[in-house]
Amino acid sequence: MGSWRRYRTGVRAAAPLAVAVGAFGISYGVLAREAGMGWLAPLVMSATTFAGSAQFAVASVLGAGGGVAAACVAAILLNARYAPIGMSVAGTLHGGFLKRLAEAQLVVDESWALSNRGGGRFDRSTLIGAGSLLYLAWVAGTTAGVAGGNLIGDPNNLGLDAAFPALFLALLWGQLRSRRAVVAALCGAAIALAVTPFAKPGIPLIAACVACLTGWEGRPRQSRSELAAEEAG
Amino acid sequence: MTAAWAAVGVVGAVTVAIKSAGTMLLRGGELPPRAATMIELLAPVMLAALVVTNAFGGDHRLLLDPRAAGLAAATLPIALRAPILVTVVVAAAAAALVRALA
Repeated sequence: MGSWRRYRTGVRAAAPLAVAVGAFGISYGVLAREAGMGWLAPLVMSATTFAGSAQFAVASVLGAGGGVAAACVAAILLNARYAPIGMSVAGTLHGGFLKRLAEAQLVVDESWALSNRGGGRFDRSTLIGAGSLLYLAWVAGTTAGVAGGNLIGDPNNLGLDAAFPALFLALLWGQLRSRRAVVAALCGAAIALAVTPFAKPGIPLIAACVACLTGWEGRPRQSRSELAAEEAG
Repeated sequence: MTAAWAAVGVVGAVTVAIKSAGTMLLRGGELPPRAATMIELLAPVMLAALVVTNAFGGDHRLLLDPRAAGLAAATLPIALRAPILVTVVVAAAAAALVRALA
């Protein structure tokens, strides 16, 4: 029961995002049908790929007659950020091969960010709880989108596209505990902005990882007491 | 139809592989301290990059649209340490308002 309570923490934390994710699931379902993907393929894609921006990319490329190869390349480039993200949570996931394989699929930007406790630590229960809720919202939204068409209109009219940067800023704020983190974050943002005009979406996020090199000369992992001292100071 | 299924299969398989690569490859192995430090910095770096790409990113260009108003509005609840729900709702409302007025 204790662990259920902890999963519930993640579910609660992700609840406001689940509304936005569900609405974007609906618009993905609608767009994918309009792009000629049928109704079952978008649904299977939401259940197996579970990565919004990559799935939107596939639907829009196919819908524009861009071809399978272009669609796949765009989606894979968008998802490449999950390689470093997956490395950061590697120490958090335990258990057998299939369990870790399944849990790793629940890692999306939002669940990863919500479970981040700073200093390279992640809360597994929050990751699983938040990831599961967002997964259900995404698949349910896609189902509604391919089945019912677009009843809510463009989710952007509700400002839902602004929910994501706001969430990430709120979570970033809690991370800026050391000068090193602030410098790295500013470098990462600058690199991402600088690369955006010259690259496909997704590449800026990968390029930003170069900013982690600002930690090259830094001390190794901070202990809890050091973090507490910094916060107190 | 076949094009859609091909994309679903390829993207799905590659995404599953990418997402699980970290936990499969790094299992049990302690990272060298320098790598651990850089992985620690990945959180603020990736979050900052997600903020700016979600707020200003377009296809091969930067955009200044109502998302920026939402982000600007979000700084107030964040500074006041409001719950995330409040922050997200304030940002969405501000963006929707600017979009409706534009």
